Amino acid sequence: MEFLRDLWGFLKVRKKFWLIPIILTLLLFGTLIVLTSGTAVAPFIYTIF
Amino acid sequence: MVEALLGLSAYYHDSAAALLVDGKLVAAAHEERFTRKKHDSSFPLHAARYVLEEGGLSMQDLSAIAFYDKPYLKFERLLETYHGLAPQGLRSFLSAMPVWIKEKLFMRKMLKDELKKIGSDTPQMLFPEHHLSHAASAFYPSPFEEAAILTIDGVGEWATTTIGRGRGNTIEMLRELDFPHSLGLLYSAFTYYCGFKVNSGEYKLMGLAPYGIPGSEQTLKYKQLILDHLVDIREDGSLLLNMDYFNFAAGLTMCHDAEWEALFGLPKRSPESDLTQPYMNLALAAQQVTEDVIFLLAETAKNITGCNNLTMAGGVALNCVANGKLLRRGIFNDMWIQPAAGDAGGAVGAAYAAWHIGKDRPRNNPARPDAMQGSYLGPRFESDAVQRLSKKYRAKYSLYDDFSALCTDVAKLLADGAVIGWFQGRMEYGPRALGNRSILGDPCSPDMQKKLNLKIKYREGFRPFAPAVLEEDIGEYFSLDRPSPYMLLVAPVLESHRKQVPDNYDQLQMYDRLYHQRSDVPAITHIDFSARIQRISRSTNEPFWKLINAFKERTGYGLIVNTSFNVRGEPIVCSPADAYRCFMRTEMDYLAVGNYLFKKEDQPDWEEKENWREEFQLD
Repeated sequence: MEFLRDLWGFLKVRKKFWLIPIILTLLLFGTLIVLTSGTAVAPFIYTIF
Repeated sequence: MVEALLGLSAYYHDSAAALLVDGKLVAAAHEERFTRKKHDSSFPLHAARYVLEEGGLSMQDLSAIAFYDKPYLKFERLLETYHGLAPQGLRSFLSAMPVWIKEKLFMRKMLKDELKKIGSDTPQMLFPEHHLSHAASAFYPSPFEEAAILTIDGVGEWATTTIGRGRGNTIEMLRELDFPHSLGLLYSAFTYYCGFKVNSGEYKLMGLAPYGIPGSEQTLKYKQLILDHLVDIREDGSLLLNMDYFNFAAGLTMCHDAEWEALFGLPKRSPESDLTQPYMNLALAAQQVTEDVIFLLAETAKNITGCNNLTMAGGVALNCVANGKLLRRGIFNDMWIQPAAGDAGGAVGAAYAAWHIGKDRPRNNPARPDAMQGSYLGPRFESDAVQRLSKKYRAKYSLYDDFSALCTDVAKLLADGAVIGWFQGRMEYGPRALGNRSILGDPCSPDMQKKLNLKIKYREGFRPFAPAVLEEDIGEYFSLDRPSPYMLLVAPVLESHRKQVPDNYDQLQMYDRLYHQRSDVPAITHIDFSARIQRISRSTNEPFWKLINAFKERTGYGLIVNTSFNVRGEPIVCSPADAYRCFMRTEMDYLAVGNYLFKKEDQPDWEEKENWREEFQLD
């Protein structure tokens, strides 16, 4: 899967392997969000875009 | 066979698309102009379709698509910031994450899905960093073979400010300041505190600053409080924000209001409420601190690059007051600023970065005066579009065979005090209307500033207007010895055009000061005798030059008021139909589209089914 390949490449280049558990947890939550909600809308604050 | 690249900026704010063919910028446009939604952040489908059409190309002709930042790097910043601040920021985290998990983490797929609506073949995709895109948009289209590059904005992935050096087809990044320490976000915090919208009201804060009283006890106190408590500025221009006062990293506002109130002794101003002198002084103090940092950064850029020329981009580079002062400081021999310095310009920068860095294509002989072609990079409309709108709205017009005759008549109408919508040629790229989608007025008229603000643009009365001045006449009115084709430099109106102000000028109420006749061109002379200048060169925009020249022949003045063709909260008009609607909704007197002239009195009654003022959210 292209996404996983890109993500792995990014973690390797940046040497940020400690982010893996956070990302996995988020993806689990993400699945729930996708299953339960409509469109995700970005809040209007600069830095979290 | 040509080699073409599509640059894209999307999903944050101000989406745009740009097309580079064999290294030449062919077209660029903001998505908001097509969708009529200000700062539209959605995928720039209309803009991408347009730029490909302008280049006579389809998706299969593209050799690469360049997106203007690296989404994973931005995601890394978000996770590390929330991790570092936990448990603070939970609400912000929960608001931000769904967007990422559902959409932005899958950016490549999302882009491909959108691009399929334009054509089936998606070429190679490249993701230059946000500030590299800004740097590329600043250096590659500039007229310089070698230059220092300064990019300053709110934040990209991690970087908020960078200094680099451009030489030939290379860009070398030399210094970087990272989030949360950001000059752009500091300015946005003051924008927010003074009651304006973040990401769009920054130029209002800049316009408000000259109403502050320089040297007054309160302004000096505010500036000292900023330097003592909010920001630690180092000799090289780098800065550290005191995050005890700022909430943007973990919260949903820019600053901690209670802490700011305690510090400045001034409550946060409610949007649209009256502007009082303390807010003007605070705006001035914020502007002065911003300028000080920019000057230090420019000196550092000069020291570490040794270059004689400077190029700039990023949202802070739209601060034309600071730009004008930086130029007058003489740190660099010359400077060039990308006209679309904000995030929309990232589309152009990403395409240039992909061409020169990604594909290692040479940069032979930088274009003169620059490669932006006056920033007239958007769509043009032929007379059939005017005919169609005329049929649709039963609009009455006069059609001129001779454009010079139209200019003569419009010049006379302007001199008689009329306000004219002026729609010609290709639409501008960047936030400024540069004479192709403009509303024009007489700069000598004492009540033009008030009329334009309150009856045409429906915006705050304090806001200034800019002059478009003939290239040949710029030295007659302003203290500026450089070209300023993109309205990005502010310079003083010459003493010879100024009028005496009363001794108690600074003590007068805001509107008494504003409506005092400060010069013989009062509509474009700001409260501090400054003006945001656009120089019109005959070789870049001949129709606009001809009109101003006709005005000069009639009045003796080689300049006119030029403001963007829109009302408050509306994107600048794109098509003749947009222009006609805006014309009919406001108290504009005439509309010129190509060789067609519409007179308001001759038009049928304008009936709107919905309240159009609700269509555009106030900016």
